Amino acid sequence: MSSVRPAPPSPASSAPPRARPRPRRLGPGDRVFLAVLIGIPLIALLVFVWLPALASVGLSFTSWDGIALSDIHWTGLGNYQEIFTNYPPFWPAVRHNVVWLLFTALLPTPFGIFLAYQLDRKIRFTRIYQTAIFLPMVLSLAVVGFIWEIIYNPDNGLLNGVLNGVAPGHHIDWLGDPDLNLWAVLVASAWRHTGYIMILYLAGLKGFDPALKEAAALDGANGRQTFLRVVFPALKPVNIIILVVTVMESLRAFDIVYVLGGGVGSKPGMELLSLLITDNIIGESSHIGYGSALAVVLLLVSLAAIGTFLFQNFRKEDQ
Amino acid sequence: MTLSRTPSPASGPGRRGVVRGALGIGAAALAAPVLTACGGGPSADPKTVTFGSNGADATPKSAYAAVTSAFTKESGLTVKTNTVDHDTFQKSISTYLQGTPDDVFTWFAGYRMQYFAKKGLAHPVDDVWEKIGAGFSDAAKQLSRGLDGKYYFVPLYNYPWAVFYRKSLFQERGYEEPRTWSEFTALAKRMKKDGLSPIASGYGGGDSWSILGAFDYLNLRANGYDFHMSLMRGEVAWTDPRTVRTLDLWRELSPYYQQGAGGRSWQDAAQSLLDKKSGMAVIGLFLGQQITDEKLREDIDFFAFPEIDPSFGQDTVEAPTDGFMLSRRPKNLDAANRLLEFLGSAKAENLYMGVDPSNVAVNSQADTGSYNALQKKSAELIAEAKHITQFGDRDSDPGFISTVVLPGLTQWLGHPDDGSALLKTIESQRSRFFTA
Repeated sequence: MSSVRPAPPSPASSAPPRARPRPRRLGPGDRVFLAVLIGIPLIALLVFVWLPALASVGLSFTSWDGIALSDIHWTGLGNYQEIFTNYPPFWPAVRHNVVWLLFTALLPTPFGIFLAYQLDRKIRFTRIYQTAIFLPMVLSLAVVGFIWEIIYNPDNGLLNGVLNGVAPGHHIDWLGDPDLNLWAVLVASAWRHTGYIMILYLAGLKGFDPALKEAAALDGANGRQTFLRVVFPALKPVNIIILVVTVMESLRAFDIVYVLGGGVGSKPGMELLSLLITDNIIGESSHIGYGSALAVVLLLVSLAAIGTFLFQNFRKEDQ
Repeated sequence: MTLSRTPSPASGPGRRGVVRGALGIGAAALAAPVLTACGGGPSADPKTVTFGSNGADATPKSAYAAVTSAFTKESGLTVKTNTVDHDTFQKSISTYLQGTPDDVFTWFAGYRMQYFAKKGLAHPVDDVWEKIGAGFSDAAKQLSRGLDGKYYFVPLYNYPWAVFYRKSLFQERGYEEPRTWSEFTALAKRMKKDGLSPIASGYGGGDSWSILGAFDYLNLRANGYDFHMSLMRGEVAWTDPRTVRTLDLWRELSPYYQQGAGGRSWQDAAQSLLDKKSGMAVIGLFLGQQITDEKLREDIDFFAFPEIDPSFGQDTVEAPTDGFMLSRRPKNLDAANRLLEFLGSAKAENLYMGVDPSNVAVNSQADTGSYNALQKKSAELIAEAKHITQFGDRDSDPGFISTVVLPGLTQWLGHPDDGSALLKTIESQRSRFFTA
């Protein structure tokens, strides 16, 4: 296998430095143009992203019911202390987020890659399969929730109907049983996620240089070896995207749980950090400070996960 | 690294134009909400009053339309109705009231009304009550006052919670309406033996609130009105032995609950009662909205939740009251007051009940002649009650109920134990909601 391992140097990284120095002066028109070009997105970013984020961090040290500004009271780290020591759904939510991440990373993501690899092999009706697998991602979430509610309905749902045919008398409460409902929702989520990963990976595979595969075949590599040792390492940029997407989707998982939980916030067995945030912020008697503290916790976890990964990757690439 | 890494070649002369164009669109998109915010505010037309309604379902929507068009005919004032889905309305109520709310809006009596009155997000309606006061009982007046003693609320209708059943099923099987707890559990046991689900139950999805009917009644019957209200207002500990007793009673009842309730909607549970698969249901009169066949409606009956402690008897009825409030700075106060006055009149209530027969008018001068049997019986039940409660999530902080009590109770109901862990969990969160 030694002949295939070192990837050929890519043309981009070995390109010679530009000979011609860049023009240094910009005309006044160019300056205005650039200022506007950079300024507007920058202001939008500051106002719509950074300001709310920083305000959330600030509010997380206060207690506020969200009504009169004069009611904001400074509580220091009180909210955080409450959350970590005296908030029953918090640790289950953390556990469920971890389960979500592991499940998504270990089952639907590899399965999506597997499907993409199979579909790339020019089998018949590949377009139809692609469309069918990607379809869940196209459907609006309300529809997805509705579909799975019908499947999981305890009385006249598809699953219990089939179960009753095979073994009568069994009555499984898929979405109501706190030990079961997280897995039921994870299956629904995997159904969407697989299609997403498949389309991302398929896009990568379409741009893959077939010469590498041919070389591997000439060297006598079988299909599995070709994929694991040639294709997969060569598609590193796509792999990174998929990993980041998987991690982010797992940490911010919200919509499908919210819809299948009936749209009323967290339910026993299905608590997630994102749902706890809305539990505390949306509604009649909101606890903005408390919810913000939860949001900050989720922000830190997300930053840590994504930051570590990206940092390591870019450092490797620089070398 | 074979993936296209080479920088794409410059796309030629038109590039700047394209960027500029895109930029223009982007800037316009950013500016759009600001501009509409400036120009889109409703003008204060003296002939118009705005009305925010949560009655988005077909029946209440047409009932409100009938009422407002009658008002327009009578007063010459136009009502601009802004209808929002019931759950969305509740969820966004704080933002709605702080923004540019409609002059008059639909809301609930009790703690939830008092909360917004206390926060200064509602305008008192004492002037209106001077004119409509004669039509209402003391209990209704009590429900319409804020903590400061002023009126903030004009009631329209209420509906009782009770134990509903089908008369024909009871006749076929020879069941009798139970009056006491032991008769009730004995009946449930018998139904189970007969192959029925004794108590229809569905608290899946967004319907977990429906279990509070049983909790409230058990607590009211076992511990009385005063204790229940203090518990709801966060004034006593949830670990109180009296609450433990309520859960003990509930545990006694839980084997008779319909199976798979945690994933079923209340509508499906109600349907199982109508289909005679379940024997009874602890539910409100809104059960009637599930009925499409009028013959079936005649076959539905109810009895008051059975007595547990004889010293409390069946003295309390849970009868949530819906009505109207006035927003803090109504654009057209005079017209809004006139609308509220009309809404509080017997005439408006007759119009409303004419379209939506699953409620009972609060105004005692309203015409009860056109009531169906269920409505008549409901009105009697409410009129005879010594105390009227609203409902778990209306008598208490709704956030406390929806994020602490309901998740706890539904989980417990799946595997009922002595409840000490559950009550400790609820108690640990109480101070967070009831100190401010």
